[in-house]
Amino acid sequence: MRFGGLVAVSDLSFDAGERAITALIGPNGAGKTTLFNCITGFYKPTVGRLLLTHADGNTFLLERLPEFRIAKDARVARTFQNVRLFAGMTLLENLIVAQHNTLMAASGFTVLGLFGSLSYARTEASAIDKARYWLDRVGLIDRADEAAGALPYGAQRRLELARAMCTDPVLLCLDEPAAGLNNRESAELNGFLRALRDEHGISILLIEHDMGVVMEISDRIVVLDYGTKIADGTPAEVRNDPSVIAAYLGVGDEEALTPRAERM
Amino acid sequence: MSGPSPAPRADQSAGERVDLLAALKEAALAGAVAFGLFALLIGIRTEQGPSGALVIATRFGTLAGFVGAAFVGRFILAVTRHRLAIRASLFAPPAVKRAAAALSPYLALILLIIALIVPVLFYRNRYVLDLAILIVTYIMLGFGLNIVVGLAGLLDLGYVAFYAVGAYSYALIAQDFGLSFWVCLPLAGIFAAFAGLLLGFPVLRLRGDYLAIVTLGFGEIIRLVLLNWQNLTGGPNGISGIPRPSFFGLPFNAGANGFAATFGLRYSPTHRIVFLYYLILALALLTNWVTLRLRRLPIGRAWEALREDEIACRALGINTTSTKLTAFAMGAMFGGFAGAFFATRQGFISPESFTFSESALVLAIVVLGGMGSQLGVALAATVMLGGFELFREFDQYRMLVFGAAMVAIVIYRPRGLVATRTPSVSMRERKPIPADVVRDARTESPA
Repeated sequence: MRFGGLVAVSDLSFDAGERAITALIGPNGAGKTTLFNCITGFYKPTVGRLLLTHADGNTFLLERLPEFRIAKDARVARTFQNVRLFAGMTLLENLIVAQHNTLMAASGFTVLGLFGSLSYARTEASAIDKARYWLDRVGLIDRADEAAGALPYGAQRRLELARAMCTDPVLLCLDEPAAGLNNRESAELNGFLRALRDEHGISILLIEHDMGVVMEISDRIVVLDYGTKIADGTPAEVRNDPSVIAAYLGVGDEEALTPRAERM
Repeated sequence: MSGPSPAPRADQSAGERVDLLAALKEAALAGAVAFGLFALLIGIRTEQGPSGALVIATRFGTLAGFVGAAFVGRFILAVTRHRLAIRASLFAPPAVKRAAAALSPYLALILLIIALIVPVLFYRNRYVLDLAILIVTYIMLGFGLNIVVGLAGLLDLGYVAFYAVGAYSYALIAQDFGLSFWVCLPLAGIFAAFAGLLLGFPVLRLRGDYLAIVTLGFGEIIRLVLLNWQNLTGGPNGISGIPRPSFFGLPFNAGANGFAATFGLRYSPTHRIVFLYYLILALALLTNWVTLRLRRLPIGRAWEALREDEIACRALGINTTSTKLTAFAMGAMFGGFAGAFFATRQGFISPESFTFSESALVLAIVVLGGMGSQLGVALAATVMLGGFELFREFDQYRMLVFGAAMVAIVIYRPRGLVATRTPSVSMRERKPIPADVVRDARTESPA
């Protein structure tokens, strides 16, 4: 991915496993969010290819799809580094909007819905049930009829996660889900993400700076620095990788990859 | 706010004494600003001298009066400012507030009943009937623009273009093809919706001020095309002799097969006016019904989500292109209906009727009503156009009074008359959402 003269992400290749949690880490400016924007279609990569295979064998070339199709057909959902909720709408409405495409088809692209078709009413009721399920899962069911903008920050993050889940994703991309959460909240988040993987069979790709979260829940970690991959492996492998330590802690000119770094 | 305890009052009077100097300073500043503003406007004036040449006359006395008024007024305001909050309760005593709160759920119903019986109450008063038709026309335009601005959050300053397209489509189709009003009306709506799509495509990526500028230009382009396409639109001469509406085929005339004769009534020109009134009322109610239904359908929720955060919409798989275009097309279609009605009511249209000030008026109605609120739009249209008429006797000061009223509203009700948003769906109870968390067309989407 190139912006003018700046190459933000280059020569990067990795696999995010099915039903696995893959963490993407790296120092600030390493290109993590740029990569996310490429995967979810907000940027079009200048070269390269992003392939997503569903469990049923359908494959999607993400770099060729417009962003709304990536969410709708390829079923990739995402959350944002700075939470993006529909602040003036209620929690329930936020989750109903996430089911737009299902409801839109059921409303006969508005024509049938305008005259109150029965099948639309049924679909809407099941959409509300689904919203209720996810609100319950993130512990916000009691505030369902309040404005999303009135929620405290931690709750807004949980709501954004619930909203992403309402789109029935195959791959869930989370941009710093633990940012701004306290210890108890991030422990809850860990449990929730594991449950998504184990109970719902979701593949998760996450960017995170909180190493407690990353090391604890990731099945696999990919480390980026200056737009290229410097390490890729299980938490234990990455933890001991000298080039990762060098990228995070920095090394002197002479002592690059010396035993001192390895002892850490 | 009401009934302050003695202790804070003592504090306030202590603070007042200290603040006197600050108040004087503030008043002096206001006086200086007033002097700067009025020195040339009021203080100097050109008059015709005895020889016929222009001479400069001075009016320093009047100028001193203006500056003095600004100084004294600001001083009084600065000294009594902390009491204003308490005094505000004088305007609306608790009893009035309670009554208003009790009535507010039924306000829409009350307004509807009043709207339905207006022709009965004022049957002999042509002036009131004409005014009522005008108000309901603007309510309908407000409803249409509300879809674009209030729901989808797309600031449109060229709404009059669709009104014009509807009016001209109706006039030309009715004249050239001799089709009846009921055939031409949907056609006018379709043409206007096409114009909406035409505007929508180039502005898909724009929001806020940038969108406002382009739509403003679009409104002017349509007006200039109407003005210059002589062969089709008659240019500045407009189109006259537009067919009048008939009561399902029965013309409103004194003839043997006219409306009055068929129903065994004495012919009266008021019949047509009353029919027109109910026609526009029905169109406005249709617009209202459709809008209220759309709000509870996925498309309406997508419009509101688009207003709140466009990027989040795209991440959720909503096709923002088609969502925006439908908003433009829907809003334009209702504008087109209103335009067709306008053409048939006037019998004559020209580009003069479709200037920017019309767009501004309709937008003012939507903003004043409270973005997205149907009831607010109806109230605002009634207040604004009713107010215009009410202040007619103030003559040249009418716009001044009107401007002052607008300033007062912007200060005291910045989010419009109805400053809450009603959720489109709820689990237990529909709690109104205060406007301060709701985004509107004037705010840019977060980057």
